[in-house]
Amino acid sequence: MSEVVIKTRKLTKEYVRDEFHVVALRDADIEIHRGEFVALMGPSGSGKSTLLHLAAAMDRPTKGEIEVLGSKLNTLSDGDIARWRNRHVGFVFQSFNLIPVLTALENVELPLKLTHLKKAERIAHATTALKLVGLGDRLGHYPRQLSGGQEQRVAIARAIVTDPDILLCDEPTGNLDSKSASEVLSLLSTLNKEHGKTIVMVTHDPHAAHYASKVRYIDKGELLTEGTMPEDWKSMSA
Amino acid sequence: MAIPITYNIRNLAVRKTTTVMTALGIALTVAVLLAAFSLVEGLKTAFEGSGHPLNVLVTRKGSDSELSSNFQRSVFNDMKFKQGIAKDSKGDPLASLEMVTVITLASEEFPEGTNVNVRGVTPTGIEIRDDSKIIEGRWFTPGRREVTVGSSVAKRYPAAHLGGKLKFGRGEWDVVGVFDTPQMARKSEILTDLNQAAGDFERTEVLSSALIRATDEVARQALVNDLSYDSKLNVQAKTEKEYYAMQTSSGDLVKYLGTFVAFIMAIGSCFAAMNTMYAAVARRSKEIGTLRILGFSRVAIMTSFLAESLMLATLGGILGIMLVLPLNGISTGIGSNVTFSEVAFQLRVSPEIMVRGLLFALFMGAFGGLLPAFSAARKQILVALRQI
Repeated sequence: MSEVVIKTRKLTKEYVRDEFHVVALRDADIEIHRGEFVALMGPSGSGKSTLLHLAAAMDRPTKGEIEVLGSKLNTLSDGDIARWRNRHVGFVFQSFNLIPVLTALENVELPLKLTHLKKAERIAHATTALKLVGLGDRLGHYPRQLSGGQEQRVAIARAIVTDPDILLCDEPTGNLDSKSASEVLSLLSTLNKEHGKTIVMVTHDPHAAHYASKVRYIDKGELLTEGTMPEDWKSMSA
Repeated sequence: MAIPITYNIRNLAVRKTTTVMTALGIALTVAVLLAAFSLVEGLKTAFEGSGHPLNVLVTRKGSDSELSSNFQRSVFNDMKFKQGIAKDSKGDPLASLEMVTVITLASEEFPEGTNVNVRGVTPTGIEIRDDSKIIEGRWFTPGRREVTVGSSVAKRYPAAHLGGKLKFGRGEWDVVGVFDTPQMARKSEILTDLNQAAGDFERTEVLSSALIRATDEVARQALVNDLSYDSKLNVQAKTEKEYYAMQTSSGDLVKYLGTFVAFIMAIGSCFAAMNTMYAAVARRSKEIGTLRILGFSRVAIMTSFLAESLMLATLGGILGIMLVLPLNGISTGIGSNVTFSEVAFQLRVSPEIMVRGLLFALFMGAFGGLLPAFSAARKQILVALRQI
């Protein structure tokens, strides 16, 4: 069995909203191995994004432990987390989150600014990443000059440019038409199969989940046992 | 490494209107401050550049200015043979007994009239003022009711043009010449024969001051000390340069007023910059969250927004300097609170003043940008990403 890159134990996240106590994630135990493409599925508000955010150290758990690539995230300082995230994690958002005033190339170069690479090397790496996602001819385009699918591909290029160990994708096809969504999912699949990237993708789209090598369901904050899915989802996936 | 500066520059360019309006607010504040500074700087240049390094001005003890000094002719006769006083070609001491009074002359700017210095001097007085050169007409002739005016006087007062007549004392005086000198303060004076003027003003024995030329710098200081500590003479001596430098205080009121107005405006400009930057932080909340996820630290976010505010302020500062630059070299006059007469001088926007204006703008940018930058850095990633 390959190395475990994400491991959680009794991971719990609770919020207090308007005096209401909300349990977003309860006692989640999961192990994700290097090279896996895992889809986290569940209805809206089920806690799947919460799990992804905790794995990216964008949020801190209320209880439990989370270990990513051997680092216990609860023990790292803000500065250490920022460096750790830049080095080990690529993140793809549903709404792309490109910087509108920077070109495709500059957007992709951005995370490399935190490395020791020289300007020419950064440009070369960013160009390679954009070529890999099929946008080698759109280097100087601003986000507003690109289609949604192209924007998401730039976002993926930005996520992989630092050659991270893990790619975390939060509903990456949620804002795309079916054709663009298929292109993006194929790209993620290629990154997983041909480049060995570990991918964790949150989605509520069964079609998107088919691209993953493993699907885990979350319902009402509880991570279901591997191989099981909520009753009301069985009919949807069939 | 920091967030690229192009990110901030382009963001400023994207919201052109807000950027320009905020920068203009800062520019006007800087312009007000620099206008006040340019006046003081001009005045400083006029006064500090006036006076010969070897000249010593002697007034009665306790008098701040020649105008308020009652200087006895007998005292002058006692002191003019002191050691260290330079001699002219005939071997006479280069010491000039002088009388200063003010007259009122109408200018186009002030038809009701402003005070102008009239200085009665002896031929030695002209000799000591060796950098004063006739540019029109000639020097006055002793014993006649004639005056020679400084170039600033000729320029500002229609009646003081060559060939004109000035009315003061017991009658009219012919303007027979115009002189120029590199020393700004002297350009604003009218020179005439000492005895003629003293007679007109009935001050034949009680005059104003003495101007003496020392042989060298060492002798000058010795002369100043000797005269000031001679209890029999009861006079005070200053180098001519010190005397004029003291008059720079005439611009203090304008300086304080200008600084005060600029300070009040600066508070407004700081809030304008703060408002602009808060709006920028709110609008770019999602970008802040994204930058944090990419690995940029809170400090990098804060630095980036602070740098943007400073860029905005720099733009404002440059605009402010450009607004005030046309004032450079404009001639104006100010009433001296030492001589009670008007001194003509040129407004001066020096590189030092421009740097001060830019620093002032940067201060406004830093003050206005600090809190928004801090709030940007403090944003929680998830909260930032959820804000629209």
